Amino acid sequence: MFYREAGQFKASYKEDQAILPISQDRVGLILILIFGFFAIPLFASDYWLTAILIPFLVFSLAALGLNLLTGYAGQLSLGTAAFMAVGAFAAYNFELRVPQMPILISFIMSGITAAAVGIAFGIPSLRIRGFYLAVATLAAQFFIPWLLVKVGWFTNYSSSGVITTQPVTIFGFIFDSPSRRYLLVLSIVVILALVAKNLVRSNLGRAWMAVRDMDVAAEVIGISIVRTKLIAFGVSSFYCGVAGALYAYAYLGSVEPDGFNLDLSFRILFMVIIGGIGSIMGSFLGAAFITLLPIFLDIFINEAAAILGLKLAAGITSVIQLLVFGGLIIFFLIVEPLGLARLWQITKEKLRLWPFPH
Amino acid sequence: MLNPILQVQNVSLSFGGVNALKDISFSAEHKSILAIIGPNGAGKSSLLNVINGVYKPQQGKVIFKDKSWDQVVPFEAARSGIARTFQNIALFKGMSVLENILTGRSLKMRSGLLSSAFYIGPCKREEVAHREAVEHIIDFLQIQHIRKTPVGRLPYGLQKRVELARALAAEPDLLLLDEPMAGMNVEEKEDMSRFVLDVNEEYGTSVILIEHDMGVVMDISDKIVVLDYGKKIGEGTPVQIKNNQKVIDAYLGVTD
Amino acid sequence: MSFFLEVLIGGLLAGIMYSLVALGFVLIYKASGVFNFAQGAMVFFAALTFVGAQEKLGLPIWAAFPFSLALMILLGVLTEKVVLRPLVNQPPISLFMVTIGLTFFVEGLAQLFWGTKVYPLELGIPDEPIVTTFENWGISLAGVPIVLQEINSFDLIAAFVAGILVAILAIFFQITRVGRALRAVADDHQAALSVGIPLKTIWAIVWSVAGFVALIAGLMWGARNGVQFALTFVALKALPVLILGGFDSVLGAIVGGLIIGALEKLAEVYIGPFFGGGIEIWFAYVAALLFLLIRPEGLFGDKQIDRV
Repeated sequence: MFYREAGQFKASYKEDQAILPISQDRVGLILILIFGFFAIPLFASDYWLTAILIPFLVFSLAALGLNLLTGYAGQLSLGTAAFMAVGAFAAYNFELRVPQMPILISFIMSGITAAAVGIAFGIPSLRIRGFYLAVATLAAQFFIPWLLVKVGWFTNYSSSGVITTQPVTIFGFIFDSPSRRYLLVLSIVVILALVAKNLVRSNLGRAWMAVRDMDVAAEVIGISIVRTKLIAFGVSSFYCGVAGALYAYAYLGSVEPDGFNLDLSFRILFMVIIGGIGSIMGSFLGAAFITLLPIFLDIFINEAAAILGLKLAAGITSVIQLLVFGGLIIFFLIVEPLGLARLWQITKEKLRLWPFPH
Repeated sequence: MLNPILQVQNVSLSFGGVNALKDISFSAEHKSILAIIGPNGAGKSSLLNVINGVYKPQQGKVIFKDKSWDQVVPFEAARSGIARTFQNIALFKGMSVLENILTGRSLKMRSGLLSSAFYIGPCKREEVAHREAVEHIIDFLQIQHIRKTPVGRLPYGLQKRVELARALAAEPDLLLLDEPMAGMNVEEKEDMSRFVLDVNEEYGTSVILIEHDMGVVMDISDKIVVLDYGKKIGEGTPVQIKNNQKVIDAYLGVTD
Repeated sequence: MSFFLEVLIGGLLAGIMYSLVALGFVLIYKASGVFNFAQGAMVFFAALTFVGAQEKLGLPIWAAFPFSLALMILLGVLTEKVVLRPLVNQPPISLFMVTIGLTFFVEGLAQLFWGTKVYPLELGIPDEPIVTTFENWGISLAGVPIVLQEINSFDLIAAFVAGILVAILAIFFQITRVGRALRAVADDHQAALSVGIPLKTIWAIVWSVAGFVALIAGLMWGARNGVQFALTFVALKALPVLILGGFDSVLGAIVGGLIIGALEKLAEVYIGPFFGGGIEIWFAYVAALLFLLIRPEGLFGDKQIDRV
């Protein structure tokens, strides 16, 4: 009843091309942002901030990066974690080696470094497609963490390969408490999500989708496949790089190259598949889902065992996690290939008509 | 007198020993409509693919607007002013009609990564300006009502029309249409013929089309090229082609 | 020189173990166009079932084999029916992603049945170095006898098993009716269907055969490294082989496996020391990738012509 667009007329193409043409959506987003920026830091517990909200935001950013590449430009990558590693270690080294380096510039540089590496590993995409390419990106997934371990310079010759991030200070303001770190991550993620939305609604975004849907036709129209694909790899890796830097600086505090493994890449791919391939909002929904699911599963399994009086075998939780993750991926790809974002869209369409059925 | 907009000279093309095109030469005049006809498998689509660089001919060359090339990629052909549609519709299935047509203007859009990222200044102005141009084409082809529909949901005839719109959005000098009326009913064919003629007259675009419907071909084309088994067996005005013995033999079969 | 030969032969033999896994991928890809990422998980499932049936169900070893085979066939047929059939005509990339989901599911299922323990797998195959000289075979190099010390008896037997398996598969596909039908299906689903080839039966057979190949690979790899979760990673070893050999070529899987195996060992010995070792986790990928840039369709894959 309240979600109607009746009576909202657009008088110019500019208005019609706005990100959220329907005013209820705009109000909704503003409410969510107010909630995120003001209510959460005031009321959320440290556990929620450090164990759920910060990782959720960091993973959203990585999923967003992968979604730009896979969902919009149609290039499947299994090397997301490797590009996150590049970002994390780039930020660390910029902070370490450049005197007086502002942390925000380091974050941007971490994105740019990851973008350069991403473009290099995207070159095979010019000759190969589909799962050949996916397998090729595994080269990045195995090579980069190995390189970071082998070349001591990257980890500042730390014997265990573990780096501990420097304190985050912006204009003399130290981001040490969970709520401050949360606000920092939230601000970066909101800005980059807006940028992503702008990119996909611009000419570049259309070129990505054109290459995804039919590359021969795209080229015939005059879209340069080389440029379009490489930019997709670059932009996507930029997002993953910044996500990696935040993963190290705002979430964990200390990381090692081997932490950025294939499992993490798969986890981010799952966020994209479950959240919605080719959807900005889907990246957030998927990240929320995959971050929360193990926590709920854990609670559920333990509760169920307690009620039934069962003694849990060692490692059973991780086994059930595998089954649930795998099962969900299969389920979503078969039943709702466009993921949670599509479900949300259907709900909105229903809401538009509510309380009438048609 | 201007040189012809397109000259195809001695083009031969083969796929692993199979000769798809054998020594084909012809030319298309400025602002004319040229039809390529011939039985299935005669090499018509291959010829279009050579003209806009999808296939590389083993021999011969293509001269477009007095510029000669024997190796060209489709992207460059597009940039020099050739647009086309495909026999099996090649729309971008995941995008709306409007977005599909806007991709046709990619070549004319200049805004870089940064201005797109923040959707400021030039990028915003450019998006609006091109939207206007695209809306003209939408009006012209009478597809206003399906503007925001995902193309996958459209019926076949409308998809063909959207594909034409996307090609027109590039404001090409030469338009290649691969069976634009295949599978259409009479009414749809009439509409499509009208659009082709209008494009030709209003924008002065040269058109090369492949078509099986002889009625349409005879009505709208200035010149016809006939292919059979990869060879050119006739070239001329509709009247000349109608009376060409070789063409009649190819179509009706000869009793030896 | 004899050291080089030794490394080379060791590499070739290790490569055959890769081929064994790669074969399963090729079979499925040829018949249904699906790149089954879960092949590694199936290898793990098969090996774990084989040892689990003995440990937990008390089956003797001769009964454990048909039991595992039956379970593998069931798994294959169910996968085809439940997971892949609803996705017919979806883009290959969706099919690929669904098999990543399947990988997790099958890994979970295997451990749910048989637990998360590491089991040894004893097939009675001797695993010891064979000291031999080529002189025994009447070969020498410029009068200098070539001594091979690093060749392992287990590797030789594994190579032998792989050879037999490939021979059986080749005969199966070339000679039997099912094999002919399968090649027709691989060429064109629709056309095969229209001449009366029972597509569903063929797919069921192919998935069963892939299950069988996974079982053999699981036994060989399990006997070598023990049956543990890491067994699923042998699939990651097989992927460069597939890139190199082409996803649709049985011959490619064999030759690709040999090349990757040999290159990997040679690189490990001759290049590895310069990088401080450990290069085998990425070397095969980079080698395959470089090759791919030159020849995108792989060694024996079919060249694709884009039709528009």
